[in-house]
Amino acid sequence: MEKMLMKGNEAVGAAAIKAGCKYFFGYPITPQNELPEYMSRELPKNGGTYLQAESEIGAINMVFGAAGAGARVMTSSSSPGIALKQEGISYLCGAELPCVIVNMSRSGPGLGGIQPAQGDYFQATRGGGNGDYYTPVYAPASIQETVDLVQEAFDVADTYRTPVIILGDGMIGQMMESVEFKDIQKRRLPQKDWALKEHVEKGSKKLINSLYIKPEEMEPHLQKIFGKYDVIKKEEVRYEKFNCEGADVVAVAYGTVSRIVRNAIKKLEEDGIKLGLIRPITLWPFPFEAFDEISPETKAFLSVEMSMGQMIDDVKIANAGRLPVEFYGRPGGIVPKPIEVVDKVKEILGGAK
Amino acid sequence: MSIVFERTRGMVDMPLHYCPGCTHGIIHRLVAESLVELGLMDDAVCVSSVGCSVFTYNYFDCDAYQASHGRAAAVATGSKRVLKDRTVFTYQGDGDLAAIGTAETVHAAARGENVTIIYVNNAIYGMTGGQMAPTTLVGQKATTSPNGRSAELQGYPIRVCEMLSTLDGTAFAERVSVHNPANVRKAKKAIKKAFEVQTAKQGFSIVEILSTCSTNWGLNPTDSLKWLEDNMIPYYPLGNFKTPEEN
Amino acid sequence: MAFTEEVIFAGFGGQGVLSMGRMVAYAGMLKGMNVSWLPSYGPEMRGGTANCNVIVSDGLIGSPVVADADTLIVMNRPSLDKFESWVRPGGKILVNSSLIDIKVTRDDVEAFYYPVNEVAAECGNLKAANMVMLGAYIKHRSFLEENDLLGAFLKVFGEAKKNLLPLNEKAVAAGATLV
Repeated sequence: MEKMLMKGNEAVGAAAIKAGCKYFFGYPITPQNELPEYMSRELPKNGGTYLQAESEIGAINMVFGAAGAGARVMTSSSSPGIALKQEGISYLCGAELPCVIVNMSRSGPGLGGIQPAQGDYFQATRGGGNGDYYTPVYAPASIQETVDLVQEAFDVADTYRTPVIILGDGMIGQMMESVEFKDIQKRRLPQKDWALKEHVEKGSKKLINSLYIKPEEMEPHLQKIFGKYDVIKKEEVRYEKFNCEGADVVAVAYGTVSRIVRNAIKKLEEDGIKLGLIRPITLWPFPFEAFDEISPETKAFLSVEMSMGQMIDDVKIANAGRLPVEFYGRPGGIVPKPIEVVDKVKEILGGAK
Repeated sequence: MSIVFERTRGMVDMPLHYCPGCTHGIIHRLVAESLVELGLMDDAVCVSSVGCSVFTYNYFDCDAYQASHGRAAAVATGSKRVLKDRTVFTYQGDGDLAAIGTAETVHAAARGENVTIIYVNNAIYGMTGGQMAPTTLVGQKATTSPNGRSAELQGYPIRVCEMLSTLDGTAFAERVSVHNPANVRKAKKAIKKAFEVQTAKQGFSIVEILSTCSTNWGLNPTDSLKWLEDNMIPYYPLGNFKTPEEN
Repeated sequence: MAFTEEVIFAGFGGQGVLSMGRMVAYAGMLKGMNVSWLPSYGPEMRGGTANCNVIVSDGLIGSPVVADADTLIVMNRPSLDKFESWVRPGGKILVNSSLIDIKVTRDDVEAFYYPVNEVAAECGNLKAANMVMLGAYIKHRSFLEENDLLGAFLKVFGEAKKNLLPLNEKAVAAGATLV
């Protein structure tokens, strides 16, 4: 297929349709509006249904209904709207329903701003709603990767019967890059024998439920779900490691910020400083294994984020006390410049000498 | 010997958890009988809510969802949009539908979602212990309106059928009661009609059923029926508010 | 040395500033290069300021945010005020002198002044001012030719705007003669 120049938000929609998504329940919020707009235009042409809900809460509960009926279904929003969806995400996890949720995040707390930010890391990787659960979280760094991961996300959702989050930001949503819709490796997906069907099978009452009123039933339910999480942690971790061999400092950055770090790597090369990059592609499960091997030359890890520092907690866990863990962040919708990262790295090395 | 009365096949053979004297049981039976008589029971999808009706998914002998508090109409929307030929209904109380779930309910009606809402109004939060509901009458005592609901402080109860019948998407809206046999028969007729409206793909249908809560009203079952008749019906008049025109 | 061109296009809403960027990005992509196009987005829907960052490279594109532009194209005065300092030393600034009556103040960049509104009007439509500027731009940065831009035109604007192709062809050619 020929390459196309596509906006991130629209590319998500195109990838979802290619992955067989038939239902999309949306609600407007900047900076993700091109996605529901695209779906309202394109889904009906592909035998699907787009419906604008009365709220993000309404939308996520429509997802609950459609996912329970076995459909491939998606919803999207941006930070404050994703906060509203948390109740529904918790129920989806409790009822083990597959779906894909897109967050083109902006700054917060509260109404915050509409420029790109990464302050939803905790919300995405720590459950976000009530109770014991996690959701797989993919953080693409380019439009091509967004397209590939959206298709993958639907398969992962169906494989493990879990909601999957695509965590972009305003920049991923708004920018255009060239994309190619490649046929991704198809997984062997389990039958959805738990779902409600268009035609009822006699004597097999289906129930979509997160209520286990007896503790002695709720505990094994949670143990079963966490058994799946163990498999996800083993099978689905994704990351990219770049320039780490012999690096003076290893930066850890995801999504948009990882690209800024790449520019900083080039600039630092001119000064004879080697900056490495660990780029988590799955934020949950976090790629702890990427931190196993550290070059003896490496003096510190540097977590670079568009937040006040959230992923740094996972970097510290991964580092396990071996090296200093530094932080550079620009929150509130400010995108850091490569030179700022360069200066921070030099500061770290200066301090170490 | 001929059978004159038997368990409806639309309900699972198990004890209900409702308090003695509660009219939820009657309403369950009416819904199940209606679906069975219309030949819709096997195809039905029940969306349970949160409140006393939280376990309805156990009682109706059909596929079911358990929705979060207030969101039954949204879950029903998602389900019905996929399962277009199945009979999707929610079973919700007044707190679930008329307080926390107002937005979902109003917009499902406005969209003309082809689902049926069974709305049980007993003017109180039952499951949580008798707190004031959006339908608690002015002057009625509740654990969060210990001196009786004050219009000045807590405003006025919501008449859901009247409100929803103003929306173009609402095809059928009727308020019934189950406080005596004649009204039980009328209630069943309305419930059947609502399901027929859905089968005919005519749009959103709701049946509001006035119901008792002996436990939280602090009355015995017969006094509860009398209280319903004397206090609720004057504020919540029975009758049909909207029905599709016959072709 | 790998080729990379980083451009900022800026003006007010309605001048076709975002479209200019998309044309360059699309044309670059059709020539087999990596491209990114990043718009500013804000609460104002109409008539506000508009700008976009475009990067064209034969290598991997890192940050899509242009911090040190090779070229700045400004279509109105507030854009020059705002972005003059965003150009790398030795970079170029192309100024729409029809609407901007001041000069670039920096002396470590090259500045060029083109009355693109008047030229577009002579071509038959004032709205083609952005295409005139693009015609001038590709003469300064020789990685694109006139045909590449016209090839991108239909991709960006769709077949429905095919009737506007002759006008735009004329505008691009007129822009090229300004350099």
